[in-house]
Amino acid sequence: MIWNKAAECMSDNKRQELQLQRLKDAVNRAYSNVPYYKKRYTKNRFKPSDIKKLADLAKLPFSSKAELREGYPFNMFAVPMNEIVEVHTSSGTTGTPVVAGYTKNDIAIWSEVMARALTMAGTTKDDIVQNCYGYGLFTGGIGIHYGTQRIGATIVPISAGQTKRQLQVMIDFGTTIITCTPSYALYLAEAANEAGINMKKIKLRAGCFGAEMWTESIRNEIEKRLNLTALNIYGLTEIIGPGVAQECEAKDGLHISEDHFYPEIISPETLQPLADGEKGELVLTTLTREGMPMIRFRTKDITALHRGRCACGRTTVRMERITGRSDDMLKIRGVIVFPSQIEKALLEMKGIEPHYQIIVTRPQHLDEIEVKVEASKEIFSDEVRHLESVRDKIENHIERAIGLRVKVTLVEPKSLPRSEGKAVRVIDKRVL
Amino acid sequence: MKVKQISVFLENRKGRLQEALETIAAAKLSIRALSIADTADFGILRLILPDPDKAKKALQKNNFTVRENDVIVVEVPDKPGGLAGVLKVLNDANINVEYLYAFVEKSGKKALVVLRTEKIEPAVKALRKADIEVMPSEKVYSL
Repeated sequence: MIWNKAAECMSDNKRQELQLQRLKDAVNRAYSNVPYYKKRYTKNRFKPSDIKKLADLAKLPFSSKAELREGYPFNMFAVPMNEIVEVHTSSGTTGTPVVAGYTKNDIAIWSEVMARALTMAGTTKDDIVQNCYGYGLFTGGIGIHYGTQRIGATIVPISAGQTKRQLQVMIDFGTTIITCTPSYALYLAEAANEAGINMKKIKLRAGCFGAEMWTESIRNEIEKRLNLTALNIYGLTEIIGPGVAQECEAKDGLHISEDHFYPEIISPETLQPLADGEKGELVLTTLTREGMPMIRFRTKDITALHRGRCACGRTTVRMERITGRSDDMLKIRGVIVFPSQIEKALLEMKGIEPHYQIIVTRPQHLDEIEVKVEASKEIFSDEVRHLESVRDKIENHIERAIGLRVKVTLVEPKSLPRSEGKAVRVIDKRVL
Repeated sequence: MKVKQISVFLENRKGRLQEALETIAAAKLSIRALSIADTADFGILRLILPDPDKAKKALQKNNFTVRENDVIVVEVPDKPGGLAGVLKVLNDANINVEYLYAFVEKSGKKALVVLRTEKIEPAVKALRKADIEVMPSEKVYSL
C-alpha cells in the first residue's frame, strides 16, 4: 500500500525538478527571515540566488545542534510567533533542548509524511494503532498521532510506560499496529511472556520502532517474541519529528520523504559529500518547512543512501538503518567502535539476552571497555570453569567484531536497567 | 541415588548472597549443605535442601538464575584418610570429580560429602562396589 503514489513513486527527473524549486524557496526563506542564516551566508559570500542546481547546496555551511541551542528558544523560527501553532523540544539529554516550531502547514506536512510511514507498515483506516511513544514535548507521540489520524485509523494514545496496562489494552482493544522504541518492544515482550500471554493469539501485525539505534538481530528478536513485522522509523525533532523516513515491508532501507526532506551523506571527518552507497553522516535540509527551515542540518547519524525503485514500487531514496552516530561513536584506544557492533556480536551468540551495557573507563591512561551481559538460564552452569569459558567465548567473539579486547562481566538477569524510552547502553566514564 | 542440587548465579554485588538466602528462608526451607565457588566477578552458590523444586521456583520468582544438577551424597568414615579413600575409588574408576563439599551434620558416625562427578551413574556404581554408602535422595532431603 502506498499513501501518496504521486509523491512516493515520482520519476527521478520530476522529483529533482520539484526539489530544486523547493530548495530555492527554502534557502530564500531561511536567509530572509532567520538572522542566523543571513549572518552565516553573508560571511560565506553566498546569496540564495546562487542556488542554480541541487548540487549547489553543498556550497552552503552546515547547521548543527549547537547553533540551534544558541537560538534557544525561538530565534531559529522563520515566521512571526502568531503563525506558530505548536512547539516541541528535543529530549535535552545532552544539554539545552532544541525548540522546534510548527506552522499550521508544517503540521499538515508532518501528518502527511507520518501517514506515508504508517501506510508502509500496512496501516489502513481499519487498524487500531497503540502509540506507546511519549506524548508531550517529545515529537514521538504526537507525530504518530497526527499520521494515524490523517489515515483515519483508530489511535490509542496510551503514551509510554505502564506496561501491564499496555498489554491489557493490546488484548482488550485488539491492537493491530504498535509504535514504540525497540527497547520498549523487547520489554513489553518480556512482560507478556511473564504474564503468560500467548502473542500468537494477539492481533498485533506490525510495529514502527525507532527513536533509538537498533540492529537486525534485535529486529529478529522483536518479530519472534511479539509475533509481528518490525519496521524501522526515523526522524528527528530538528527536522520535523518521526516520519522523515520509514521502512516498507521490503525491509530494504528506509524511504526518505525526499520531496520534503533533502538528504546528503558527508564524511564526518572531511565534511565532503559522499557518493550514494557510501557510509557517512546524514545531512538533512527541510524543503517545505515554514516554521523552522533547516538547511544542511548535521544529524550525526551514520548511514548510506541507495537509489532505484524499491520492490514496493516507491522510487524515493532509501537510507540504511542507522549504524552509529558520529558523536556517540566511541573512540577506544584510537579505534572507532559503535555500540551497535558490540550488540550485533552479542546477539549472534546463543543464549545471550538482548540486554547489555557498555562501560568505558580509562583506569591507567588506557581505555578499557567492559560489557555487562545478563547470564540467562541458557548459559548458566554450576561450574566456574564452564561459566568462564562462556565469558571468554563472548570476549573473543566481540574482539573479532571490533578488533579490540573487551572485558565481559556476567551479571544477573534483569539487573541491567530496562528502559521505557531510549535505552542507555553506553556509559562513558572516561575523563578526557 | 542422585540428589538434586540447586545452583544459583550470584553477581559480586553487596548483599546478593544474603538476598538469595532470604528468599530460601521465606520459602521456609532449611539448608542442609552449601558451598560457594567464587571468581573476581561472580559466584555460584550450591545448595542441598529438602525441597529443591520449591527452592528453585522461589529463587526464579525473585529473578535469580537457577540450575538444578545431580550430585552424589556419600557417607565417609570420619577418620584420617576417610575422604581420600572415597576419592581413590573414583580415581581408580577413572572418574573425574568436578567439585565436592561437606555437610555440617553427620549421619551417625559418618561425615557426609557432596560429590559432583562428570558422570553420575558410573560413579555411584564404583562407590557401591567399594562398599561406600551412597545416600538416597529421600534420606538426604529429610536430614
